[in-house]
Amino acid sequence: MNLYAVRAIYAFEMARTWRTLMQSIVAPVISTSLYFIVFGSAIGSRMPTVGGVSYGAFIVPGLIMLSLLTQSISNAAFGIYFPKFAGTIYELLSAPVSTMEIVVSYVGAAATKSIILGVIILATAAFFVPLRVEHPAWMLGFLLLTAATFSLIGFIIGIWADGFEKLQVVPLLIVTPLTFLGGSFYSIDMLPPFWRTVALFNPVVYLISGFRWSFYGSADVAVGISLGVTLGFLLASIMIVAWIFKTGYRLKA
Amino acid sequence: MIRATTRPILKVTNLSKVYASGFQALKGVNLDIHEGEIFALLGPNGAGKTTLISIVCGIVTLSTGSVTVDGHDIARDYRAARSLIGLVPQELTTDAFESVWRTVSFSRGLFGRSPSPAHIEKVLKDLSLWDKRDNKIITLSGGMKRRVLIAKALAHEPRVLFLDEPTAGVDVDLRRDMWQLVRDLRASGVTVILTTHYINEAEEMADRVGVMRKGEIILVKDKVELMRDLGKKQLWLQLQKPLGEIPAALSMYPLALSGDGTCLTYTYDTQGGRVGIMDFLKRLGETGIDFRDVRTTESSLEEIFVELVKGGA
Repeated sequence: MNLYAVRAIYAFEMARTWRTLMQSIVAPVISTSLYFIVFGSAIGSRMPTVGGVSYGAFIVPGLIMLSLLTQSISNAAFGIYFPKFAGTIYELLSAPVSTMEIVVSYVGAAATKSIILGVIILATAAFFVPLRVEHPAWMLGFLLLTAATFSLIGFIIGIWADGFEKLQVVPLLIVTPLTFLGGSFYSIDMLPPFWRTVALFNPVVYLISGFRWSFYGSADVAVGISLGVTLGFLLASIMIVAWIFKTGYRLKA
Repeated sequence: MIRATTRPILKVTNLSKVYASGFQALKGVNLDIHEGEIFALLGPNGAGKTTLISIVCGIVTLSTGSVTVDGHDIARDYRAARSLIGLVPQELTTDAFESVWRTVSFSRGLFGRSPSPAHIEKVLKDLSLWDKRDNKIITLSGGMKRRVLIAKALAHEPRVLFLDEPTAGVDVDLRRDMWQLVRDLRASGVTVILTTHYINEAEEMADRVGVMRKGEIILVKDKVELMRDLGKKQLWLQLQKPLGEIPAALSMYPLALSGDGTCLTYTYDTQGGRVGIMDFLKRLGETGIDFRDVRTTESSLEEIFVELVKGGA
């Protein structure tokens, strides 16, 4: 294992985060705080509790997931896309590093950033609403798994993209709608039966449900199923990345 | 100066590359590069030079054939092979917002070497980048960026260095600095393979020259031998009186007359002892043609190269 390379890439990517602190950390925290103010405080104060949890507190796991998903994808996608765009990818391709080392370092850095962001949002939320975490180990587990899985998906998007606009397409047109419709702001039990069934086809429902369970002990679907779906995502992403490096798709001529 | 050994540090065997578009960039290339030599790879645009380098470095996948670096296959044993190679690409592709120090240190780590501030300092000083070590790359001139790329390639102390058009678009001073750097590298035992459009660069530096044309290597030769074997000399005679045509008595000689009839050119091979000059000059005197000035010229590598490449065009 080329640990020096893993460390070099990871440190290089993290340095980019600190250099772009404004758009990496501050901007998502501000936008999430706005959600808390609008949905949590202004609207939430007029809403009944959901499963015994105040509405402001209820949306916290969903909001963290929303940021975690979109930021994991965009961090990882940009991290691998930019060397392709700038041409510096030649160095990575000519270095004595394995596929696994490349993925671990890029995805690890992107996931680290998202987790830092998730923790900051959690801390920010504590200022606005009363929070409790019933299963901290599970919460951490879901946080890590989701960050890693969606960073892998972002990595795939970054390799697939051949223009900056494509980097935005998947997060904007697929992930954000799925997250909004995946129970970030409501329990899917609130939906009519037909739409509840439809919602169960949305994979993000399982991520948010499992994460919310780790906070409040109640969920739309069983936590085991949530964990299974998250692991399924992770496995599928790993398989796609393995195929990309085996074939050199969009990396090597 | 260290004389190159005959042991191939790079061995290319029957290498072919067909791109997805169907374009065949390389057609069964065979090439041995000896340890410690400076090898210049020449060829017109599209000859396959960059494809060949890119395959050896792992950037492009080969279609058929094999490549070994110091005995390590570039596919099966890619870690060992790649850790021996440094690449300076043709394009100025650098991280815009990183400092010089960080980007060069990053390259060392990427190639699996433990941090060595002393080595990075030496490389930056050798390349006159030490004063710029904390500058962001975006603030550097094109020539300085080229130096950064070389520093990155040398950061992990490679034994084989590829320079793909290293002096394209750089000023004369920097070009001379680079030539000196390449000589110093060779003196320290590094094998250098360079592609260039500036034939005088190859003439100045290379031990051996390879010429590529349409995906094939059409010639690999010691530079001195190449110039001796394929080079031609010319004897130029400035005549006292212009001639209307070459006299019949001199028709057996390889002569050419200038348009205004004042200059007679005798072309001869440099190889072999008998070139016939004495005989020609004697006959010239007998025909009563006087000349007032004389000079000789020798083909440059550039002329040889043009002849070679034109040969199969």
